[in-house]
Amino acid sequence: MKPLTTEQIRRVIARGKFKDNLFKAIGVFCLALALVVIVALIADMVIKGSDRFTLDFFLNFASRRATQAGILSAWVGSLLVMLVTALAAVPLGVAAGLYLEEYAKRNWLTNVIEINITNLAAVPSIVYGLLALGIFVYQFGFGQSILSAGLTLALLILPIIIVSTREAIRAIPAMIREGSMAVGATRWQTCRYHILPYSMPGILTGVIIGLARAIGETAPIITIGALTFIAFLPPVPFTETGTGTAGLFDWVMSPFTVMPIQIFNWTSRPDPAFEVNAAAAGFVLMAMVLSMNAVAIYLRYKMRKNIKW
Amino acid sequence: MNSHAMSANNTSGLPQVSDRLAYNAMRHWKERLIEALLLAAAAVSVLTTLGIVYVLVSESVSFFAHVGIVDFLTDTQWTPLFDDAHFGIMVLISGTLVSSGVALLVAIPMGTIIAIYLSEFADSRVREAAKPILELLGGIPTIVFGYFALLVVTPILQVILPSLPGFSLLSAGLVMGIMIVPYIASLSEDAMRAVPMSMREGAYAMGSTKLYTAIHVVVPAAISGLAASYILGISRAVGETMILAVAAGMQPNLTWNPMEPAATITSYIVQVALGDLPHGSIGYQTIFAAGLTLLLITLLFNILGQWLRAKYREAY
Repeated sequence: MKPLTTEQIRRVIARGKFKDNLFKAIGVFCLALALVVIVALIADMVIKGSDRFTLDFFLNFASRRATQAGILSAWVGSLLVMLVTALAAVPLGVAAGLYLEEYAKRNWLTNVIEINITNLAAVPSIVYGLLALGIFVYQFGFGQSILSAGLTLALLILPIIIVSTREAIRAIPAMIREGSMAVGATRWQTCRYHILPYSMPGILTGVIIGLARAIGETAPIITIGALTFIAFLPPVPFTETGTGTAGLFDWVMSPFTVMPIQIFNWTSRPDPAFEVNAAAAGFVLMAMVLSMNAVAIYLRYKMRKNIKW
Repeated sequence: MNSHAMSANNTSGLPQVSDRLAYNAMRHWKERLIEALLLAAAAVSVLTTLGIVYVLVSESVSFFAHVGIVDFLTDTQWTPLFDDAHFGIMVLISGTLVSSGVALLVAIPMGTIIAIYLSEFADSRVREAAKPILELLGGIPTIVFGYFALLVVTPILQVILPSLPGFSLLSAGLVMGIMIVPYIASLSEDAMRAVPMSMREGAYAMGSTKLYTAIHVVVPAAISGLAASYILGISRAVGETMILAVAAGMQPNLTWNPMEPAATITSYIVQVALGDLPHGSIGYQTIFAAGLTLLLITLLFNILGQWLRAKYREAY
């Protein structure tokens, strides 16, 4: 092989540098495309839905007339379903994470639970809807209620909360546990007074990300058969309803609708007047989800900066 | 110490040994109880899996008592709610595969390029800015993506492709691809960042350019992680529901052409759930048979993914 002349080597280097820069440009383009999609999505909904950003839109029930329709039952429903979801998923998820990190022995049972959690995270959300339809709605007789929906979403986000709890706990160095046990604390006291408080920011991040996912989920809730046209609110505890005074927990058995279902309903109507409603409601949902995500990202960022063991 | 340990006949002010032991024993008993409760919480995930399998299989068994499994797999029509009922799941599978194919054609190249760029080329400031953007993109509810596909992307595509109908697998698939990009990009980037620096330095020392190092050294070394991220992307695409229910139409249609509208397994389930089918009817059972098919497809890809990971795993 003949040795290359300086001129040829320069050309090879220049070609390599050109390819590097070309790839860089493609990479920036792909990233920019992702950003453009987010911006286009939000801009489209803001522009189309701008007519509806009034107080009435938040305080009106769904209606057959697009201009009078609002999202009152939808956002109230979403909040109540999230309340049930959080009350079920947070204790279960944190307890499961704590068990796997601090208590579990290396045996087949632990292996089964771990593999199971990994696989559950890959199960499509609509399958959880079918589970809920078979178990919660018919076997347990909860019907198409806030309780069914809340528990379904709780099962759906359980793997997210478990995984983030475990990661947060794993980041705590062993000396914390040893120190606590050396002064006579039991395992549970160590968890209660040291492990849980120190891992709280990480757990909170996971909880918020999980709830942000749950509030945007549509498929499992449609599958359990949530109604789309609800012109009433769940009964407020201790107030008079048509059939007597509502109990403290009557609202959990109430029929309901949620934001994503309201958007789906408006999007699939042929009348373009409802597109405006869908855009406005979509923006409200996006604002909820993105602000929850932003809080989670901020928490994680802050945590990474502050904690030095 | 609390009152339990300080008994009344204790004059020295110190807890007596027997009391202390009793207290410790009780603490031990409480510890056991707490451990059992925590284990029960961890077992909920196993119960969830068992519940899913139980519901899908038991309803599917009644379904397959009416419909032969060969018909189910080979019939070319899916009309379960008509008088002349046909149950050919291939009709729904074709819609699922075509839309997932379109989505992956977008998501795999784009996700991989973003991952290579972020891991090998971008400086840390760009990376710090890009990660939250990708995370936000991944956090957008799928119903909002569905709205975007139907009312923004389809009209734009119709300008380029005038023959495109109002509902199509193409626009749903494209938006689905964008939705999956963050998953693939962030998992692939993690895999590539785990490749030790010494391997890159070796390549640079031999005169490789950054791009050559990325493609010929880093990507092969991280291939098992990349494969895992692609498999996750496939699972997401196959199980995605709302984008397809909104933007791809819900008409069962045996087609391999992305320009046509078609129902997928997931959008069929949504369509049936929106109606009012009586519990226990054959129509009600079809959604569980469809759900079981969906679960088996995702399971198949997950097993494939685990096998690929085990086969090409490189440990450093």
